Amino acid sequence: MVKKSIERIYLILIFLFLYLPIAVLIVLSFNNSKSRVSWGGFTFDWYMKLFQSDRIMNAFYTTIFITLVSAVISTIIGTLAAIGISAMKKKGKAIMLGATNIPLLNADIVTGISLMLLFVKFTKLGMSTVLLAHITFNIPYVILNVLPKLNGLSPNTYEAALDLGATPLYAFYKIVWPDIRPGVFSGFLMAVTMSLDDFSITYFTKGAGINTLSTMIYTELRKGIKPEMYALSTILFLIALILLLLMNYRSRENKQTVHIERK
Amino acid sequence: MNKFRKLFAGPYIVWVIGFTVLPILMILYYAFTNADGALTLQNVTAIAEPIHFKALLLSLRLALECTVICLLLSYPLAMILNGLKIKKQSFVVFIFVLPMWMNFMLRILAWQMLLSNNGIINSILQTLGFGGIQILNTPTAVVFGMVYDFLPFMILPIYNSMVKIRKDVIEAARDLGANNGIVFFRIIVPLTMPGVISGIIMVFVPALTSFVISDLLGGGKVLLIGNVIEQSFIKGMNWNLGSGLSIVLMIFVIASMAFMNSHSKETEGAAVW
Repeated sequence: MVKKSIERIYLILIFLFLYLPIAVLIVLSFNNSKSRVSWGGFTFDWYMKLFQSDRIMNAFYTTIFITLVSAVISTIIGTLAAIGISAMKKKGKAIMLGATNIPLLNADIVTGISLMLLFVKFTKLGMSTVLLAHITFNIPYVILNVLPKLNGLSPNTYEAALDLGATPLYAFYKIVWPDIRPGVFSGFLMAVTMSLDDFSITYFTKGAGINTLSTMIYTELRKGIKPEMYALSTILFLIALILLLLMNYRSRENKQTVHIERK
Repeated sequence: MNKFRKLFAGPYIVWVIGFTVLPILMILYYAFTNADGALTLQNVTAIAEPIHFKALLLSLRLALECTVICLLLSYPLAMILNGLKIKKQSFVVFIFVLPMWMNFMLRILAWQMLLSNNGIINSILQTLGFGGIQILNTPTAVVFGMVYDFLPFMILPIYNSMVKIRKDVIEAARDLGANNGIVFFRIIVPLTMPGVISGIIMVFVPALTSFVISDLLGGGKVLLIGNVIEQSFIKGMNWNLGSGLSIVLMIFVIASMAFMNSHSKETEGAAVW
């Protein structure tokens, strides 16, 4: 009994540790005072001002654009790559997996710098370079999520479908896709999460005049963060919470593990 | 058939060459040349300069502290979570991934407010009669922020490897007379080793190389190797020096991973390369 309560307390403490700053930000987004330490009453003002702030809304759209586009492209390239890699022999597989691990294992700062050095050689830094950089670090997450699903797949069923007259595309859709779908899905989700939360790589590969939410917060650090930012992050957090809860509820039947381990 | 399927990896192979291999060649080129393009080792040996060397040592120390704390917090947590018999593993993952959807810089800033001298935590401590804590702008605060940011990357791999342990293995051990201690040290620990290794790498590497957390919670007083590199690019515009120091950092990252892997020979599936 004592052991149980100690365990409960420990869980609660860790939970507090993870979510306390989030609670603070949510509370501050409703705080009718610019001060960050005192409570000045409840207000929706920051939410109103948020939608009138072009700077913040622009950074927001840029963030969403980069996150979604890079996640979609990396999911496509990554899924195709996983299918290709799973068909390779041992040696080719090892080389490809090694290459896949590089962006995951390398320090963010080094990845960002090395990409920047390449980009400035050939083009100007801007939106497209940030996109290329994000796709680069997102693909590995997709591959690592899809590959285990493919490895558990028997190649015979796919070939049987072909023998029975299915076109490759139809056979893929009917045989392979249902099995790898959870992996593709969690890979996509992982890519979105990493993209949304990235700072270092964006920081080095973005050109002047382009800001994601992270880089905008960083440049405004010295001046002090505007409370509108708290409002925006609260909205984002709630959207994420609802979306993830919905997905968690829907994906009841298939047990899916998100692979964020770097193996 | 396999030949055809292999072609699917084509776009990715092109991508890897263009955006993984080529950038590394670029950074190597900058690291071993000076501003005039002549070959030199200066940028790499610059790590021996006192200010750079001090930053590297501090980074190693803080990253080590952060990794040890994360491991000590995560292992019991993974055991507790595993004991809860949550049917859906994805729910646990969900709890630890969700915070990442709120911008990490804002979350670190929230800690800055909480920990500040007239922040919430200090006022609670003072009303309770305890003395306040003043950790902001010290290395301790930086370690605190790192632990906060990287904890999920330690918990999830350990939890995932713990869930995979089959009940029968533990029951078999008990039938053969093993007590709790033996079950823990001879079965649970070895079987979760791949998760632990992968967690250690996922925490140690970003902790070693981070520069934002030290900026936010160290108040400019805690200079890590990541900060030195960032400043040589952004403020100093000395790309060659920054690249040289990055190479040193990469060597440390690779060395620490090689070290971890050499200690996990017996555990299957933890290979990183």
